[in-house]
Amino acid sequence: MTPTIDVDHVARLARLVLTDEERERFGRQLALILEHADRVREVAAADVPPTSHPIPRANVLRADEPGPSLSHEDALANAPEAEAGMFRVPPITEREEEG
Amino acid sequence: MTALCDRTGHDLAAALRAGEVSAAEILAATTARIEAVDARVGAFLTRTGDLAARQAATVDARLAAGEAAALPAVAGIPLALKDVLTTRGVRTTAGSRILEPYVPPYDCTAWERLAAAGSVLVGKTNCDEFAMGSSNENSAYAPVRNPWNLDTVPGGSSGGSAAAVAAGEAVWALGTDTGGSVRQPAALCGVVGLKPTYGLVSRYGLIAFASSLDHVGTFTRDVRDAATLLSAIAGHDPRDATSLPEPAGDYVRGLEDGVRGLRVGVVEEWLSMEGIQPGVRDAVSAALDRLEGLGASVVPVRLPHADYALSAYYLIAPAECSSNLARYDGVRYGARAAGAADVVEMNARTRGAGFGDEVKRRIMLGTYALSAGYYDAYYGQAQKVRTLVIRDFEAAFGQVDVIASPTSPTTAFRLGERTGDPLAMYLSDIFTIPANLAGVPGISIPCGLADGLPVGFQLMGRLRDEATVLRAARALEDAIGFAARPPLVAGLPA
Repeated sequence: MTPTIDVDHVARLARLVLTDEERERFGRQLALILEHADRVREVAAADVPPTSHPIPRANVLRADEPGPSLSHEDALANAPEAEAGMFRVPPITEREEEG
Repeated sequence: MTALCDRTGHDLAAALRAGEVSAAEILAATTARIEAVDARVGAFLTRTGDLAARQAATVDARLAAGEAAALPAVAGIPLALKDVLTTRGVRTTAGSRILEPYVPPYDCTAWERLAAAGSVLVGKTNCDEFAMGSSNENSAYAPVRNPWNLDTVPGGSSGGSAAAVAAGEAVWALGTDTGGSVRQPAALCGVVGLKPTYGLVSRYGLIAFASSLDHVGTFTRDVRDAATLLSAIAGHDPRDATSLPEPAGDYVRGLEDGVRGLRVGVVEEWLSMEGIQPGVRDAVSAALDRLEGLGASVVPVRLPHADYALSAYYLIAPAECSSNLARYDGVRYGARAAGAADVVEMNARTRGAGFGDEVKRRIMLGTYALSAGYYDAYYGQAQKVRTLVIRDFEAAFGQVDVIASPTSPTTAFRLGERTGDPLAMYLSDIFTIPANLAGVPGISIPCGLADGLPVGFQLMGRLRDEATVLRAARALEDAIGFAARPPLVAGLPA
């Protein structure tokens, strides 16, 4: 069975604006890829632990020594918009309807 | 006579020290080659001629001051870097529109180490967008063409780095390998591609795609250069928490020790697989015969879960990608879509306009695989398959020292041939993906031609056992004596 994917829902979660053409095409292609990926369910048994990293390392710490880091100027140099030493973005909170 | 830009790094290093040639002359030959061929190949997104000239002059000044003995092995040798590796003050796009204006404020560790050792950077190479692809056709800028046949792809995602080294536009190059993105383009372009053990080379400054699978790797003209370049970039880096704790070794040592008594495993199902090009199978079989002739024993091994590796990879890599690429939100760097009423709309419009098809597909796939109700069935299950693939390798490496296979099932395919069919494209990496899931080292060396195009031979080894992989590759390379040149380059004056 070909899995179905709710393209609009996933695009909203992924914060992607898609065109109608993309919605149709990705829906079709993702179903095919998922059908192939679905094979992972044929093998793995309940007693197999998952692996998230090929060479697991835990509690990786470095010495807590102060040193130079990215300057304020460098950090803002690539900002699409900056103002008063900060990143500037469109409004975050919902605005009241005008008028 | 071979042009300077077509010689190996170790050969040029010796010539530099003997006073036969200057770093400026090597750079001039390389620059002339770029100007002669890159309009057709398209290997570079950004060229760094002024920086290269300064770096070459520094090396020449040190040679003039009698410091030849203290000069690192990579000094004065023209290098190209895949454009997913950050370079301070030099635009780094990851092949994406969303990073078109990005000028990193920091160097990746691999380049920082090479620069400190006197390496000469000639430019940043084209690649599939965010390293997602197997043909370089997912670059947002332009496709790269294979120097062996300009109607075919160079492979991907590090296609520009592979093509540059094949065409003499750099003596060597760095790329990245998440599912085969160094080894597969190396195979398709007839050069040597090495993906070391996970964590051996720092990922600091590697623009992240799938962090548990991403590796920095090398493109070179021979195995000795691969060992040399790896020695210069490997070793612990406190800025990458997954970096292996031990210091780097000298990977050139023991390179010529041969393969007598070495046990080479072959996954027989892979060689008899449907979809493998007959010319690829023949060249790989001939190379296996040569290994036996050199005193190695070739025995069958099984990787029973390798069949499922591709499926697991196309859940794990997109899942990690969907998380890593969340950072491209139009706030701190990169492009921003104009005219949005609020920040969420700005994020979504920026991403919709800034990412190409394959990146969007993988973000969607990963978001889906991680979403509520599907996480256990897809991502969780894929992680279990990953465990089984690792166990397969552990069992196989109990019986053999290295595992040999074709690098890719086919030689270079034609531009446009697979762009409409993502699954067909994904199959290019069927033999390279298992090593990324397990983190084990792998190398591709050219083992012959099939219908005029290079065939890659892959050797994989135990975790941290680059030495054996390189030694076996070096012995085989010597026995094969692959000396063919891309027609594009063969016609040029030396």
